[in-house]
Amino acid sequence: MHPPFSMVFLTTLIGAGQGLFLALFTGQIFSQFKLLQAHDSQFFVVGTAISIILLCLGLFSAFFHLGRPERAWRSAARWKTSWLSREIIALPTALGAVALYGLAHFLGYTEPLMITAGGTQIDLTILLGLLATITVYILFICTGMIYAGIKFLQEWHTPLTVINYTLLGTASGFTIATALAAYFATNESSLVPFYATWAIIFTLLALITRSASLIRNRFFIKPKSDMRSAIGINHKNIKQIAQGSMGGSFNTREYFHGKSEGFVNAMKIVFLVMVFAIPLVLLVFAFNLSGLIIPLVAVAVQYFGLMVERWVFFADANHPQNLYYQQIS
Amino acid sequence: MTQLALVIDLNVCVGCHACVTSCKQWNTSGLAGPMVDQNAYGEDPTGTFFNRVQSFEIGTYPQTETVHFPKSCLHCEEPPCVPVCPTGASYKREQDGIVLVDYDKCIGCAYCSWACPYGAREMDAQQRVMKKCTLCVDRIYDEALPEDERKPACVMSCPTSARLFGDVHDENSDVSKAIRERAGYQLMPEWGTKPANHYLPRRKTEITIHPDELERADNPLSKEERKQHNAPSTGPSLDDMTSW
Repeated sequence: MHPPFSMVFLTTLIGAGQGLFLALFTGQIFSQFKLLQAHDSQFFVVGTAISIILLCLGLFSAFFHLGRPERAWRSAARWKTSWLSREIIALPTALGAVALYGLAHFLGYTEPLMITAGGTQIDLTILLGLLATITVYILFICTGMIYAGIKFLQEWHTPLTVINYTLLGTASGFTIATALAAYFATNESSLVPFYATWAIIFTLLALITRSASLIRNRFFIKPKSDMRSAIGINHKNIKQIAQGSMGGSFNTREYFHGKSEGFVNAMKIVFLVMVFAIPLVLLVFAFNLSGLIIPLVAVAVQYFGLMVERWVFFADANHPQNLYYQQIS
Repeated sequence: MTQLALVIDLNVCVGCHACVTSCKQWNTSGLAGPMVDQNAYGEDPTGTFFNRVQSFEIGTYPQTETVHFPKSCLHCEEPPCVPVCPTGASYKREQDGIVLVDYDKCIGCAYCSWACPYGAREMDAQQRVMKKCTLCVDRIYDEALPEDERKPACVMSCPTSARLFGDVHDENSDVSKAIRERAGYQLMPEWGTKPANHYLPRRKTEITIHPDELERADNPLSKEERKQHNAPSTGPSLDDMTSW
């Protein structure tokens, strides 16, 4: 597939936005259960604002994917059958839920509405946070299923696609939360170790599942279609000599990335280093060294790494229609 | 239920591209148009086509055979491009099984083309909506046309009659007979898309002739012929004479 940059931006930005919200809410839950010191309410307000900005930027870039962006509103129509339609509903819903959560923090609705038997206080932000968590996970599933749902793209047609979108988004969100915690850290209290620990855990989990999909796609995929089934002639030696046009066509532009196999393989190394290796090292450093610069570098490196990762995700997928477009003439 | 479709005979297709040009001519000026070309006379010409003829070389030289392979939307009975469309612009007609795109609803997201294993859909670079073969839906029901012209433009133009058009659900239609009697097959059956369009394979027309079929053993003329053998030095030997 030809990696569409609008989709690279969309999926990485909303993934980070969703992950950041999950990080904030995880922190709040830990605080609420007294497992962690209390957060500054500004932390949630600023964090949610960043999360909303990321989600909005993602939504904005998605419009560039459309030939007719002015009709985008129509795309909510077929949510019963289309994962794309479901995502288009889930994204604004998650955005709204996260915004409500941030607004509740901003307006200081932290008076406990009820108190559980264990003495844990439940306030409006917790309830809205739970709602937003559900919408965020629905969005992760919808985004992943857009790709995993196409059975013809065997590289994508696996639960690993949804798992990777979820874990990579969560990992990048927790890394951003680490940087945010470093920004809000004071000499007496710092939440950096908490967020850095979770960022490392999710980055490691994502490393395992993303490596699993790389290995699966490299060694375990047997293409279902070949030239024989494509044109229905049972001969092992079929060579295309003309594809019906002397220039390119939509079929050659949309489905071929135009780079060598070596380049794609090099990009795989690049993203493994940028998404996993460098941020992991920097996050470990962030434990001991105070200051904003290390976690910020981790955020930047991981985000650019994720863009490369998404590029590879698209470039790695081999569409069966390519069988009909092997040779210009 | 009706399922209109094309049956394409690879045995007689000569790869002349008449179906490609007639398709483009009819559809670019009709309901499904325009089918925009860009750089038509430039270095890298490109454009929208509903139908393309591709050529394949089968075998190893010198034992090769060239197969010309017209490819358009196959109007699948289980079209994978339809349920993925977020707007419902991509749909399959109940009454005749034609898969169409409503250009007014299409947002140009290209997701339907990702979900087509045949690469039958092309995004129009100018109109920015997805386009595909309509089976000339604006011809086949047009009562202003004489009845024998109510066929897709590609079928009308094919000089070798390699393209048949009809209802593949009607057992007695020409297309059903052709599929049944001439081993019609579907493309990429492994995906379960059940394409309605079928292809008829290459056939070798051969008959075996034995020498005695060319010369009847009891041919009365053979007696006269044998007499000629009596000419000096060419005639039968003594042993042959005794066997008379």
